[in-house]
Amino acid sequence: MKEFKITSDSITLETAKDEVENRAIGARSVFEGVVRDTNDGHQVRKLEYECYEPLAIKEGNQILDEAIEMFDLIDAFCIHRVGTLEIGEIAVVVVATSGHRDEAFKGCRYIIDEVKSRVPIWKKEHYEDGETEWLKGAG
Amino acid sequence: MSNSIKIQVIYFAILRELTGLDKETFSIKQGNKPGDVLTSINERHEIDLGINFKIAVNDEFSDWDIELNEGDRLVFIPPVTGG
Repeated sequence: MKEFKITSDSITLETAKDEVENRAIGARSVFEGVVRDTNDGHQVRKLEYECYEPLAIKEGNQILDEAIEMFDLIDAFCIHRVGTLEIGEIAVVVVATSGHRDEAFKGCRYIIDEVKSRVPIWKKEHYEDGETEWLKGAG
Repeated sequence: MSNSIKIQVIYFAILRELTGLDKETFSIKQGNKPGDVLTSINERHEIDLGINFKIAVNDEFSDWDIELNEGDRLVFIPPVTGG
């Protein structure tokens, strides 16, 4: 069922896919955001995510409602990790189900774009040289 | 002071690191707005935060024009960088 979740545990794709309504669907679009080893010329060692959880959950669920309405989705789900993540770990998964692929692709894309620009979650990079930095975002 | 109220500011991410605190209480005047609190934060912590923040009051998005009330929980939200 529709839900936006925050977790400090490892995210697996299979678990995320099982969270949505999968009956009577014709398409299921899944997006994984993964921790990358470089950013802006820096070698990244690990990431730290912090979240303002009560507001993140409200805003995340609002985004899912918007996507279901706009793209006629059957169901939508998003889970975002917080805490310390190593390179290659999953930071976020979005799942959107619908009758046909076009709606599923568009709904999934809308959800991840809006989550990245609206949900109060912040990323701190830890670099190989020992420096750290909170990313500044789009402003 | 009859027109003094207490509010709580909760800090996240870079603001938590700059202030060294998860949260703190401010006594402000009735009618004060988030910008007045930001000025107090800058003075108390000798930092120079600008206004590149969104505002949340009591876990709802709000705005810089709102007048704060006794017991409000105020959060200055830095540009988000999730995903």
